[in-house]
Amino acid sequence: MNVVVCVKRVPATGGRIALTADGQEIDTRFLGFTISPHEECAVEEAVRIVEAGGGSSTVLTLGPEAASEQLRDAMAIGVDRAVLLETDGSDWDPIATADAIVDAIRALEAEGERFDLLLFGNESADSGGYQVGIRVATALGLPVVTGIKAIQAGDGRVEARREAAGGWEVFELPMPAVLGVKEGLNLPRYPSVPGRLRAKKKEIVRIVPERRPGGPTKERLRLPQADESQVEVIGAGADAAPAVVELLVRLGVAAR
Amino acid sequence: MILILVEHGGGRPERLSLEALALASRIAAATGGPIEAVLVGSEAREAAGLLGGRGVEVVHAVEHDRLVAFAPTAWAAALVQLIGDRSPAVVLAAGSDRGNEVMAHVAARLELPLATQCTDVTPGDPLRLTRQRWAGSLLEDAVLDAPTKLLTVAPHTFAIEDAASGADAASPRVQPFAPDLTESDLRVAVTRRLEPDRTGVSLGDARVVVGGGRGVGSAEAFAELEELASLLGGAVGVSRVVTSNGWRPHAMQIGQTGLRIAPDLYIACGISGAIQHIVGAKAAKRILAINTDRDAPIMSVADYAVIGDLHQVVPAISAELRRLRDG
Ligand SMILES: Cc1cc2nc3c(=O)[nH]c(=O)nc-3n(C[C@H](O)[C@H](O)[C@H](O)COP(=O)(O)OP(=O)(O)OC[C@H]3O[C@@H](n4cnc5c(N)ncnc54)[C@H](O)[C@@H]3O)c2cc1C
Ligand SMILES: Nc1ncnc2c1ncn2[C@@H]1O[C@H](COP(=O)(O)O)[C@@H](O)[C@H]1O
Repeated sequence: MNVVVCVKRVPATGGRIALTADGQEIDTRFLGFTISPHEECAVEEAVRIVEAGGGSSTVLTLGPEAASEQLRDAMAIGVDRAVLLETDGSDWDPIATADAIVDAIRALEAEGERFDLLLFGNESADSGGYQVGIRVATALGLPVVTGIKAIQAGDGRVEARREAAGGWEVFELPMPAVLGVKEGLNLPRYPSVPGRLRAKKKEIVRIVPERRPGGPTKERLRLPQADESQVEVIGAGADAAPAVVELLVRLGVAAR
Repeated sequence: MILILVEHGGGRPERLSLEALALASRIAAATGGPIEAVLVGSEAREAAGLLGGRGVEVVHAVEHDRLVAFAPTAWAAALVQLIGDRSPAVVLAAGSDRGNEVMAHVAARLELPLATQCTDVTPGDPLRLTRQRWAGSLLEDAVLDAPTKLLTVAPHTFAIEDAASGADAASPRVQPFAPDLTESDLRVAVTRRLEPDRTGVSLGDARVVVGGGRGVGSAEAFAELEELASLLGGAVGVSRVVTSNGWRPHAMQIGQTGLRIAPDLYIACGISGAIQHIVGAKAAKRILAINTDRDAPIMSVADYAVIGDLHQVVPAISAELRRLRDG
């Protein structure tokens, strides 16, 4: 089976977010970069599907040249090859992003390639639009379902499950199909040193995409009003236990 | 006119849809337009009866003999047909799993932009809005310029309004709507459901959640947290480091890519307080942090703190609770 997985490079923000002075971007001077945990699981799933049944896996991203770091990370855990839709690093809206991905898939198909499964994150880590995968599927005329936490693919069909009210909803789609997946789908492996070395030598196909903006149009970013509380230190070490229980009783979560 | 997709279960409108309706009412108040709702499935009429006093004039009850189970593409096809018939200025839904999914399909079919997880909207042409990024750790002011404005509403942003009584409390007029659905619209649908196996207090409903992070150190050491949780009738939740290490399953993860919780008390043990974790716990009424590091980011969102090694503090609290219980 041939699987494509789409990932997005985002800053690995930690304790708090700082913005650039013009409010247009996150200040990334002191930050590393990563992809969404949802997408990490999509990458792992692509590798497992190919390990189990043959075929090939492709990781695709739209982003700056620096995003080849995220492509190499995916190849380090076993993805066969990568496609970079290279931009100047500015934000692309969901319509422009989906259009560029559709163009790239069509271009690869025009060269005779066939894909059975296109995997997306349920939502991107930064902009969280919940839509790029569905837009790509609609443009390509493929069935799609999102929120997926279990996949079984084979025999031209894929069974996909999502959590609902503590239980599961089960979908069955004919392939080729598009799935938006969530963290918890699997437990991604860590890259090995040989894996990292192999990834360095693997191919990255570069395409310069055409940008057709469609909105919504970002004006600026803002930090939400901090509901920062004054923390009351009620003690240190095991000696704090009586004071903690006093507090639990006062809050009504423990009975005296 | 404003069109809203109202999800329902067991014959009642869903909470998040009523929150979205609160935003619809604000837009309606500013623009003077009426509100019409779309409800899909067999219990639509029953749920429509509970929308009285909420400013909804008409309910379009989407009925189709093959629309029994949830089918995102078919729901979207029905909405697109209604949008064509009724020409609403704004179409919105809750920023729920289904709401976001169906609206993304509608947007893709109409080739229109969609603003998801909105926290504020200023009606107009173009429409100005604020939406969540990073699950609400960051906000984006944006402009939506389109003939039909498509939105989803960030959960837990708008308070559900009290339904009006008296003359304004009339139930909306229910109009059946039979969409034209193709095989391709119906190709993705729930084929079966697996019911949950309920054991113990569920993390989403627990009044007290004991959270464990990297500081717990191992899968075995979670026994200390489980004991405290059980003494308090609560549940254990975890950070992503814990699920990535395989110490506990992902179903227990709190945060941006896990569960959002809203307990009375969240006891965060050995958790640094990364924003992606905190967005899942910030609806807790109170947060107690147990951490060796006085300066950990969690301290800026916690109400109370114990500075120290959780392996000493947590068992000591449990012992104290047992002493209290056993008199
Ligand atoms: C897009 C994205 C999505 C994410 N989604 C999530 C999510 O849904 N949920 C989530 O949790 N994370 C999420 N993360 C990861 C997040 O950024 C953090 O890496 C993670 O929350 C850190 O977990 P932690 O606090 O357990 O570990 P650490 O940050 O390593 O903190 C450990 C803490 O334990 C304290 N400690 C150590 N030993 C002890 C001891 N013996 N006693 C008391 N305290 C001790 C330390 O002082 C420290 O504060 C996401 C990241 C990204 C990029
Ligand atoms: N710039 C991008 N490059 C590649 N894939 C992307 C990009 N942006 C979004 N995606 C994919 O689309 C999914 C949903 O994104 P979104 O609609 O922004 O929430 C993400 O999890 C990715 O799988």
